[in-house]
Amino acid sequence: MSTEILIKGGSIIDPGTRSNSKADIAIKNGLIERVEPNININPSAKVVDANNLIVCPGFVDLHCHLREPGEEHKETIKTGSEAAAAGGFTTVCAMPNTVPTTDNRAVVDYIKSRAALESKIEILVIGAVTKGSLGKELSEMGELAEAGVIAFSDDGNPVYDANIMRQALEYSSDIGLPIINHCEVPELANGASMNESWVSNILGLKGMPKSAEEVMVARDISLAKLTDGHVHIAHISSSGTLDLIRQGKEMGINVTCEVTPHHLTLTDEAILGRGSKIHSDFSIDETAYDTRAKVNPPLRQMQDTLNLVEGLKDGTIDIIATDHAPHSAVDKICTFNEAAFGISVLETAFGSLMSLVHNEQIELGILIEKLTSAPAKLLNMDLGSVSIGSPANLTIFDPNKEWTVNAETFKSKGKNTPLDSLLMKGQISKTIYGGKVIFEQQT
Amino acid sequence: MKELISKQMRSNFKHLLDIDNLTSNDISKLLENSSVMLEVINRDIKKVPTLRGKTIITLFYESSTRTRVSFEQAGKILSADVINITTSTSSTQKGESLYDTALTLQAMKPDILVIRHPHSGAPHFLANHIETSVINAGDGTHAHPTQTLLDLFTIKKQLGSIENKKVTIVGDIRYSRVARSNIWGLVKMGANVTLCAPSTLIHKKTFGPCIESENHPFNMVQIESDLLKAINGADVIMPLRLQKERQTHGHLPTLREYSRRYGISNSKMAHANPEAIVMHPGPMNEGVEIDPDVAHGRQSVIEDQVTNGVAIRMALLHSISSGNIMTPETSN
Repeated sequence: MSTEILIKGGSIIDPGTRSNSKADIAIKNGLIERVEPNININPSAKVVDANNLIVCPGFVDLHCHLREPGEEHKETIKTGSEAAAAGGFTTVCAMPNTVPTTDNRAVVDYIKSRAALESKIEILVIGAVTKGSLGKELSEMGELAEAGVIAFSDDGNPVYDANIMRQALEYSSDIGLPIINHCEVPELANGASMNESWVSNILGLKGMPKSAEEVMVARDISLAKLTDGHVHIAHISSSGTLDLIRQGKEMGINVTCEVTPHHLTLTDEAILGRGSKIHSDFSIDETAYDTRAKVNPPLRQMQDTLNLVEGLKDGTIDIIATDHAPHSAVDKICTFNEAAFGISVLETAFGSLMSLVHNEQIELGILIEKLTSAPAKLLNMDLGSVSIGSPANLTIFDPNKEWTVNAETFKSKGKNTPLDSLLMKGQISKTIYGGKVIFEQQT
Repeated sequence: MKELISKQMRSNFKHLLDIDNLTSNDISKLLENSSVMLEVINRDIKKVPTLRGKTIITLFYESSTRTRVSFEQAGKILSADVINITTSTSSTQKGESLYDTALTLQAMKPDILVIRHPHSGAPHFLANHIETSVINAGDGTHAHPTQTLLDLFTIKKQLGSIENKKVTIVGDIRYSRVARSNIWGLVKMGANVTLCAPSTLIHKKTFGPCIESENHPFNMVQIESDLLKAINGADVIMPLRLQKERQTHGHLPTLREYSRRYGISNSKMAHANPEAIVMHPGPMNEGVEIDPDVAHGRQSVIEDQVTNGVAIRMALLHSISSGNIMTPETSN
């Protein structure tokens, strides 16, 4: 049965083809059939009214945690994919810190079979760098690649041993897939639960200095140079990291990186809670130690967020990735020290990123590129563009629609977001995957 | 029993999480009330019915002698029923979270929950999730507000005033909840605060100009790594307890070197104001951060601090119980 959809009246932003125009889009058999103004309505087609809306390729998330197998109380492939669709994503890459670790073909096959049954979107799988992500012995990267993984990572943990990292880069370079590293020197970060700053001092919380990230980033860039491997630095958070990567790229080293929506838009002051915003005497109240803002790498400071936005614009930062890290309530209803690291991001990513557009910090076109064609290019895959013959993976959004975050209504099982009850401007209207409307905003 | 005479200073005084929530007026009033309470402590029959019928639970997740007994003594003198629970975070052996423990205790209808916990922010967490009044008796490396109140009370009693006095806090600033609360309290009351420590025990970049607002109390302290400069002309010298693990974790070469450079001795005290007082939150490591000669010498007010601690906790329990800071009625 052929599904036909006609998207009428939308403005198209397609960073892949650099087109930016107003046109209708006809979809047939999961592929884009025509893109041109004023396509006549075929009576058998479902018409999607996109007047005053923007149509772009579906978002691609290189970094999310779907928790299945093993931690289905936090998220499943089904709920994670629904959350992704609600956030405008048509492709997400699942990190391998599952239980058991995604370090062998059986687990990859399991995730793919679950995705085939339960996911509304494309789920790509990232395999572990080392067995059990323990950092001791390389996983069977060759077989993992045959099973279809698109990168390797021990995310959640750094690849601690520099020699293992060297060999991982060498071995994976033969396979042609990147190593994604969560850069954190444990000796500098040990026991810390937030960024080291005046905020951590006031709260009496042990802080992670930015050096904990930067020292390992510097190491990995050096190792990428040594090995000619491709290192992708996950979720960069500091100005210093940005400088190191900029320098590495200038030297022609194969280093890429990503940044999350929260590291672009929030600072460690979020942990101070409501009091710091309403009390003129700098006092905090019982809403402080907000565990929803506990994330690793930690939220940094205002200057870091500003510099990271600049890094997106000048190309130092290749892509935006969510690091969607859903947790159950008990993981966050506890003291700040005890709380799990991580934010549920998929459903707020676009709304929060649009604040950068509305504040005139970044152009909409660059933002969309960093969410779509840039990650597709990094993966060297055709994951959707608004061009004839491409898979009809499309996101339709209203850049000016205001809405209030309500975590209770998330599709994700993870309600853990510091953005809960905040006002956003810019909302996903519809998400289309493989020519099917898989998400429609309830108005 | 006479009606309580109330002179309301502040409405809705429900919790004491840290000193930052108190105004200088609140603090002054609490110190005034502490003087009244001190008189009660010194009576032959130290019992007043002020908190009769009230229940106070002390929930201590860290070992403590002086603070826990001080709260208990304060509550009992005021005729409250005091229930003490001493546990440890590892005795979450039973698997009960702080959240569930708090809900369970709340369901027994206490009026005030006094908590000490090794994690910073644990009292804020409780206050955010239960209705019972919460008093912070020390949370992690964050705050110890009743220690600050008793320190302020002691300085006021010994020196007549707090404003413009030079107070030098020496030692493990980085890990000290006493230092953090005292910065808030002393700055609010107009003292000049100097912090003195080796750079491993005070992160200078987490104080001062990095805070965007100039008027933030953490921006209004002097930081001086040279003890003699820090102590010069000081009216109050307050060495902090040095944990022995600071040596094994690389903060210090040896306790011996720390004692040589930062231990408070009579020869170093010679640089302070001759009328200066020496305070210590206890427990002391005599011979490390403070010489026995100083700890038990002419200028030491360390034992007074302990007595004053009972008085200010009485004043505090009374105020929290009433919901505002008012003058207590103290007839037997």
